[in-house]
Amino acid sequence: MKKKDASISAMATPAVGEAGKTGDWRDMRPVHDPAKCIPCIKKKAACFLCWLYCPEGVIKATIPIEINLEYCKGCGICAEECPGKAITMVNEGEKHG
Amino acid sequence: MAEVQIMTGNQAAALGAKLSHVQVVAAYPITPQTSVTEILSQFIEGGELKAEYIRVESEHTALTVCISASTVGARVFTSTSSQGLLYMHEQLHWAAGSRLPIVMCCVNRGVGAPWTIFNDQQDSISQRDTGWIQIYCRDNQEIIDSIIQGYRIAEAMYIPVMICYDGFVMSHTMMPVEIPDAELVSNFLPPYKPHTILSPETPMNINPVLFPWRRANAEGVLCDGYMEMRYKLQKALGESRDVIVAAGQAFAGAFGRDHGGMVWHYKTDDAEVILTGMGSVATEATTAADMLREEGINAGVVGIRVFRPFPKEEVREAFRKTKAVVIFEKGISYGYEGALCSELKAAFYGTDIRLPVHNYVVGLGGRDVKARELAEAVRSSRDAIASGDTEPAPKWLNCFTE
Amino acid sequence: MPENLFKVNIEEYVLPGQRACQGCGLSLAYRYILKALRENTILTFPACCLTVLHGLYPMTSVTVPTLNNTFASTAASAAGIVAGLNALDRTDITVVAIAGDGGTFDMGIQALSGAVERGTDFIYVCYDNEGYMNTGTQRSSATPMGALTTTTPVLTKQQPKKDMLRIMEAHDLPYLATASPAYPIDLYDKFVKAKRIKGSRYMQIAVPCPPGWGYAPKDTVRIGRLAVETGVVVLFEIEDGKLRLTGRSKTMADKGNKLPVINYIERQGRFRKMSIEQLRQFQRWVDVRWNEYLKRAEG
Repeated sequence: MKKKDASISAMATPAVGEAGKTGDWRDMRPVHDPAKCIPCIKKKAACFLCWLYCPEGVIKATIPIEINLEYCKGCGICAEECPGKAITMVNEGEKHG
Repeated sequence: MAEVQIMTGNQAAALGAKLSHVQVVAAYPITPQTSVTEILSQFIEGGELKAEYIRVESEHTALTVCISASTVGARVFTSTSSQGLLYMHEQLHWAAGSRLPIVMCCVNRGVGAPWTIFNDQQDSISQRDTGWIQIYCRDNQEIIDSIIQGYRIAEAMYIPVMICYDGFVMSHTMMPVEIPDAELVSNFLPPYKPHTILSPETPMNINPVLFPWRRANAEGVLCDGYMEMRYKLQKALGESRDVIVAAGQAFAGAFGRDHGGMVWHYKTDDAEVILTGMGSVATEATTAADMLREEGINAGVVGIRVFRPFPKEEVREAFRKTKAVVIFEKGISYGYEGALCSELKAAFYGTDIRLPVHNYVVGLGGRDVKARELAEAVRSSRDAIASGDTEPAPKWLNCFTE
Repeated sequence: MPENLFKVNIEEYVLPGQRACQGCGLSLAYRYILKALRENTILTFPACCLTVLHGLYPMTSVTVPTLNNTFASTAASAAGIVAGLNALDRTDITVVAIAGDGGTFDMGIQALSGAVERGTDFIYVCYDNEGYMNTGTQRSSATPMGALTTTTPVLTKQQPKKDMLRIMEAHDLPYLATASPAYPIDLYDKFVKAKRIKGSRYMQIAVPCPPGWGYAPKDTVRIGRLAVETGVVVLFEIEDGKLRLTGRSKTMADKGNKLPVINYIERQGRFRKMSIEQLRQFQRWVDVRWNEYLKRAEG
């Protein structure tokens, strides 16, 4: 019997960043303001629509939220859906105070 | 104790699958294969064979079901002919590239347009580029034996195997067949160990897109590009020759029957002209060879049993000493010549074998091929060769070509 | 934290850095499909946007086992996985076929109808972005009338959307549901339910596509919501022949506050050549269907 070759057919293994650092795709990045953020204000789990609607799953529903900017593609859905307008999309390369 | 029964080629095929303990069968009926699907249904619904039978809605689906079931780890079987084989064409490539040990019977039938339901080998020959091992059977005994050998070869090499036999000529003709002993078959075929991993324990994405270039994985290991992955298939096909021969020898040891390995010989030792072909036409040629010998022409036959991987070394050896080759093919690569003819000539290239090669297209769409016609063709070719015509265009035997 | 808030599985099965577009509606839907199905799932899919999302060899962005298949054969591939698992007595794994509208309404319809007719025990998911988006927005039978695509670039699509839901309903399967990534919890709940049901289950997800539909990526959820709020997409499930509106569609049925389709149409570049007559036909098409669903849900 022939010895099996480890990779005689294509089987890919799970890995972060398959498409590279997709944060590089952005031309705008999300900036979060805790002062307007409902869970931050209430100091408990609430809203978190940004977490819910992120197509990439790169927002952590913590207080305050954490956005993984290495992989955030800057689609702007979080900013669009935030009821408190706590997330603003800012041009990459611009400082935001 | 082995028993002998009279049975058709299709019955032999179904029995071969049953003895091999296939676990998933997916097949679509098509003349002249249909009774294979029916007999297997009877075996499974009657409880003689424990297997999943998927009554698929097309041949494309039949082979797809085999592909994914084999990926999961089940031993699978399907069978088809002609248009059905053509319909599953993209899946033939897919199965070979996936490196799956699928065994399929192709009950050879000509292809449309126009329609034919009768035998020729255009269907399977035109699939020779897909990466499948192809074995052409001479008789019904060889069908059942080759299916069993097929699983052993396929599962050793992770290459799909196509067992071809002539529609109606063999599928519907009754011949005596010694049924291999079930326990001996179980010993001959170890359980299938898939190389594919499709399981929640080890999540992987099987057969994704590959780049043209090699690419590192997350650990930094450089992995195959598309071309490397495909090279491995070609390499495995080359290595499969030895496995095919060994499987045949092991089978002969266990069951007492040897079907010749890659090619078989009939009275070739002193042959001045060798007739060659695949399947039942090669068997018919042995009768023609005997007729010719009665007239004092030392004729012999080389039957090409394994067409893929092409038996280059065996062919060079087989035709080394003879003075002429007459090839009878039930198919043609339109726009050029018979596939076997081209490949034989290619095999001779680079050696000192310089033979007149005569190519006959025979039996398309089920036109009857008689031994005396083959013998007459050989006589005619010998005359032509004597007057210097060493490589004419293919002649169409017993066909109005004016 | 959000798992109690939204009553969903907190686990993520799609890793960051995946290859789908910015603001992809499929990406959002897929997050919740996998959250609902969990680890003991095998998915199979054809050449489509999902292939790209999964990534190129030797890495993949998804942490559940998946099998790629040819374009026409998704449901057949799933049928083979089911058969193989049955043969090996491994019946604890959910088998899911997932394809776009191309691989479902068009090339994949034969295998799908065959698998469902045979009662194959699997979930078939169609993510409907209303065109062949992976190859750059060519028209499919799921493209709505009046939409521009690269193969209907001047005249717009002439035929109405193929009613795949009715075709699948005609197969009398145990469970059929529509869903939208704009309503992820409704989507999630339906998949949790589907996972528990035996037999063929058909899920059709209305998936907005920024480049294909001609809107900014930030508006994916908004467009998806408008599709439901205008009745273009109706959220419902059919279980053993009984139709039930769900989520926002149910609320709309109770309150009677369906919005005119213009609210949905005007935000998408693909409808910029839609004629007044096509718009009227489209509104009529939506209204007729909406009323049919209302009647069925009441009865």
